[in-house]
Amino acid sequence: MKIAIASGKGGTGKTTLSTNLAAALAHDGRRVQYLDCDVEEPNGHIFLKPQWDSTEDVTVGVPQVDLDTCTGCGKCGQLCQYSAIVAVKGAALVFEQLCHSCGGCMAVCPTGAIREVERKIGVAQYGGSNGVAAGQGVLDIGAIQSPAVIRHLKKGMRDRGIVILDAPPGTSCPVIEAIRDCDFVLLVTEPTPFGLNDLELAVGMVRQLGIPFAVAVNRCDMGDDGVVRYCRGENIPILLEIPNDRRIAEAYSRGDMMVNVMTAYRQKFIRLFESIVSLQIAGKETA
Amino acid sequence: MKEVVIISGKGGTGKTSLTAAFAALAENAVLADCDVDAADLHLVLNPNVLRQSDFSGGRLAAIDPHTCIGCGKCAALCRFDAIALDGPGNDVVGKTYRVDPIACEGCKVCVAFCPVDAIAFEPAINGQWFVSETRFGPMVHARLGIAQENSGKLVTLIRKEAKRIAEEQNKTLLLVDGSPGIGCPVIASITGADVVLIITEPTLSGLHDLERVGQLTRNFGIRTLVCVNKADINPQMSEQIAEKVQQQGLTVIGQLPYDDAFTKAQIMKATLIEYTGGEIAEKIKALWRQVVYAAG
Repeated sequence: MKIAIASGKGGTGKTTLSTNLAAALAHDGRRVQYLDCDVEEPNGHIFLKPQWDSTEDVTVGVPQVDLDTCTGCGKCGQLCQYSAIVAVKGAALVFEQLCHSCGGCMAVCPTGAIREVERKIGVAQYGGSNGVAAGQGVLDIGAIQSPAVIRHLKKGMRDRGIVILDAPPGTSCPVIEAIRDCDFVLLVTEPTPFGLNDLELAVGMVRQLGIPFAVAVNRCDMGDDGVVRYCRGENIPILLEIPNDRRIAEAYSRGDMMVNVMTAYRQKFIRLFESIVSLQIAGKETA
Repeated sequence: MKEVVIISGKGGTGKTSLTAAFAALAENAVLADCDVDAADLHLVLNPNVLRQSDFSGGRLAAIDPHTCIGCGKCAALCRFDAIALDGPGNDVVGKTYRVDPIACEGCKVCVAFCPVDAIAFEPAINGQWFVSETRFGPMVHARLGIAQENSGKLVTLIRKEAKRIAEEQNKTLLLVDGSPGIGCPVIASITGADVVLIITEPTLSGLHDLERVGQLTRNFGIRTLVCVNKADINPQMSEQIAEKVQQQGLTVIGQLPYDDAFTKAQIMKATLIEYTGGEIAEKIKALWRQVVYAAG
């Protein structure tokens, strides 16, 4: 079962929930894999402290033009929607940073002057610790193709057991890439006007993708009741509420996990998982 | 006109609350919310929308099921797994190919190679953007459509429009709320800015994210300042961050204590400056003076 932990707003506790859920399940003897899909700022490793057994380069194909064969006809530039290749003074010129690796220029070139070469944009790492199999994607600084790094990372996703995907914040392409084939999405928010606004956007996103979902409210006693009222009105189950506890914040700041500092949380995370499973089964039956 | 961009690397560090407070302190400024994925600045600044426009960041392919002959050339060429044989049938074939608009990146390759010209390529509406008036001056902001891409393009559009307004109205400052992360919308927010202020927090995650985003702004050669928010949650880590920041060649211009006024002001739809005259407001004012000084 693939469970994505996502949120519109950043800093609501996605990584806290995903790593603790993974650790609690592993402690309970279950087969679990954690994948950090927040490839711009991956932080799960700070808490799970995995050993990376393998590191793979993530590359994207970019065009390379053989100037002897190129006739400067400009067909590549006419097709390219990203201004990544243009014909200048009788030869095609490539702007690698803008390339989306669609392969169009190669396919359209009448003289076969364009071939694809690999350009590194990040890495995907796999390993584990304390019974949790872990993986993370890391986008190179200055690169922009976060979805390609996420796509590569997810090739190492296990078919069996539980997979927890720690999604990036927001509601656009990197998040979609992380959650699109998941069985369930848990949206983490905080009970503030910003948290509510961004939760509504995230709910719109998962509804459009047609994935069953529920909400977890972090620092549930800090703000107002807007999030709870919204969820009630929309019939969205709230599966977990974590209070605004300074001990949790301090443990987080040191890179310690809640389930290790306050072991009572282990059972709460197991129960969270069980309610996700029953909601997902119920969702399948009604679908 | 000087441009100041507030970013954070890590989300949830107080970036938008501080941008709103700075908006209350800034004189003669235009405001821009470039966190288009999760725009929140309007919740505090309550903008009065003067002009609304559709944003189209690109085009999307759509296969006409009446014309498709099911040859599969489009699906074979698509690099984004956006085309599947699950469209309705017609006189020729039992099933036609269909484009998943969420997965489509608008590259036009399928359109160019369809042997029967069955694929349309129309502009997609990816969101709306607004020119507004707030109690602190003009504001340009946007709402990115659900599950849409091209947020970098939208950010570039917002900044361009905000700059145009600033020049038109002789404003001296452009104050930009950026987005978390280090990817495409962040790069679009900071390119060409005069000063970047990174709001971080004293956690290992905050430190890790700060190092990455700090490296990004340094690669761009932009003057970068750092503020540690909620510094008292882990004073030791706050000091560690200050050291790291110095090693990176950036400058810590101040620390703010954890204060629930951040949440309370948000609930009252007020900036921290309007909400409280207390110590936190004074500290934010001191911080802002340093930002203005750095912007020159």
